Amino acid sequence: METYTWLRQFADSWGLLFMTLFFIGVVLFAFRPGSREQADEAARIPLKDD
Amino acid sequence: MTNGSYIVGLGLFAFIALMGAGFAADQPFAQHMWVLFFVLVGATFALIRRAQFAPVQAPDPDAYMDGPIRYGAIATIFWGVIGLTVGVVVALQLAFPDLNIEPWFNFGRMRPLHTSAVIFAFGGNALIATSFYVVQRTSRARLFGGDLAWFVFWGYQLFIVMAATGYLLGITQSREYAEPEWYVDIWLTIVWVAYLLVFLGTILKRKEPHIYVANWFYLAFIVTIAMLHIVNNLAVPASFVGSHSYSLFAGVQDALTQWWYGHNAVGFFLTAGFLGMMYYFVPKQAERPVYSYRLSIIHFWALIFLYIWAGPHHLHYTALPDWAQTLGMVFSIMLWMPSWGGMINGLMTLSGAWDKIRTDPVIRMMVAAIAFYGMATFEGPMMSIKAVNSLSHYTDWTIGHVHSGALGWNGLITFAALYFMVPRLWGRARLYSERLVVWHFWLAMIGIVVYAAVMWVSGIMQGLMWREYDEQGFLVYSFAETVQAMFPYYLMRALGGALYLAGAIIMAYNLTMTILGHEREEEPIGGKSAAPRPAAVPAE
Repeated sequence: METYTWLRQFADSWGLLFMTLFFIGVVLFAFRPGSREQADEAARIPLKDD
Repeated sequence: MTNGSYIVGLGLFAFIALMGAGFAADQPFAQHMWVLFFVLVGATFALIRRAQFAPVQAPDPDAYMDGPIRYGAIATIFWGVIGLTVGVVVALQLAFPDLNIEPWFNFGRMRPLHTSAVIFAFGGNALIATSFYVVQRTSRARLFGGDLAWFVFWGYQLFIVMAATGYLLGITQSREYAEPEWYVDIWLTIVWVAYLLVFLGTILKRKEPHIYVANWFYLAFIVTIAMLHIVNNLAVPASFVGSHSYSLFAGVQDALTQWWYGHNAVGFFLTAGFLGMMYYFVPKQAERPVYSYRLSIIHFWALIFLYIWAGPHHLHYTALPDWAQTLGMVFSIMLWMPSWGGMINGLMTLSGAWDKIRTDPVIRMMVAAIAFYGMATFEGPMMSIKAVNSLSHYTDWTIGHVHSGALGWNGLITFAALYFMVPRLWGRARLYSERLVVWHFWLAMIGIVVYAAVMWVSGIMQGLMWREYDEQGFLVYSFAETVQAMFPYYLMRALGGALYLAGAIIMAYNLTMTILGHEREEEPIGGKSAAPRPAAVPAE
């Protein structure tokens, strides 16, 4: 199979699936239970000094 | 002796540049190497004069390294004024062709000088300086790598000088926003890797357990720009002592590589990097944390996942396969989500403190910047829709869009960051004058509105004239007629740019006086006192 066809098929099958799942994972991770306190703490980092 | 090895190294490179000038395969390369030689010799003498023989105290490992940031702030102001001035000149060149002074100062050579000066010299210095400022303060660690940060600063200035002089000498590889030839590209790669090392090293030795979101954006910007720069500039030099090279790609692959680079230069240089600025300086100036930190994390991932695919929308109706064009369009439209998520996050940071827009001109500038971020990233996806693009592409509408993003978003957020950083970097109690910030704000705002509105009108007019057929199927207008019709708009555009430039010059004056330690005696901004406003200040 020529490179173009192979890459094209990979990109719109497994590549797409992997990126979609990774992104959904990021969203789920960001909103996991207990993340609010951690996020609020991280948001205060710039305000802590100078 | 301090700087000993640097002096020897610089002298050696000056000698190599001299050799390059002597053995050059073509005349532009010889001229360019002479430029490099004199720059390097000048730098060598500057270092020799600064050499000290007394023992040098090692810097406090816990203190922040602010030297390169101070230089970076000054360089940002300097290149900003230069880049905007060149912009006004090229705008006038379009209106009055007699201003094209052959061969060095014609439009074809001045235009990349303008784009590179504002994007890479002004924007790049702002990004490097603010990223060093932010990463130290959010990691609570000194910059990694000692003098490497100085190498990044001076190396980047050398890149700017070589790129700018190269354009004027007629050296270009004709790739938009990537015009410098192969040897300047190699130099930028070296500087960029050093930049990545300093930034990443500082993050790795951080004392704060969490990596603050601004650093994620900066890191994405640095890593992606490295990747884009290297791939887009893969080329074979015609001679190792010549100023010409051939791209590794051919035809439509070459075009797609260029616009994969070009669009992500917008996405990661002008968006991700400047969002890093937004996520630090807006909370600092407003003295409240970002509206939703979790939204900022999703903003980050959504932005970097989507942006990288949007490039093909620059090649609608070309030889690029149809599916690739549609893919670029679809991903561009999906970008509405992270763009507006980020805009809302930035604006809502002010919720509960909206009164500061009235009393704090720096906050006002930030809010305007974020609003322009939202507007430009709404317009962009709309223009990427094929039907809209068939009208807008190759017209002034595109130029107007770019400038509402660049002047409105990148310019204003950078000015606001400078107004925040400069008093703190030099240990001043406050800016020289807050009222001059108000002047700057309104000059910039009127300038942008004039510029963008004029370019919409002229762009749509231009697009419609190009596609106007008579009942027999002939084009109604010749190309020269469309050019003639745009003359009044070219004049108004130059006026808009000149207003924006005037604001930047006021900023340069204000910040210079701040650095020198002066404080202007003036009434506080309205809202803070009951005193009536002086007549000289525009209404708010």
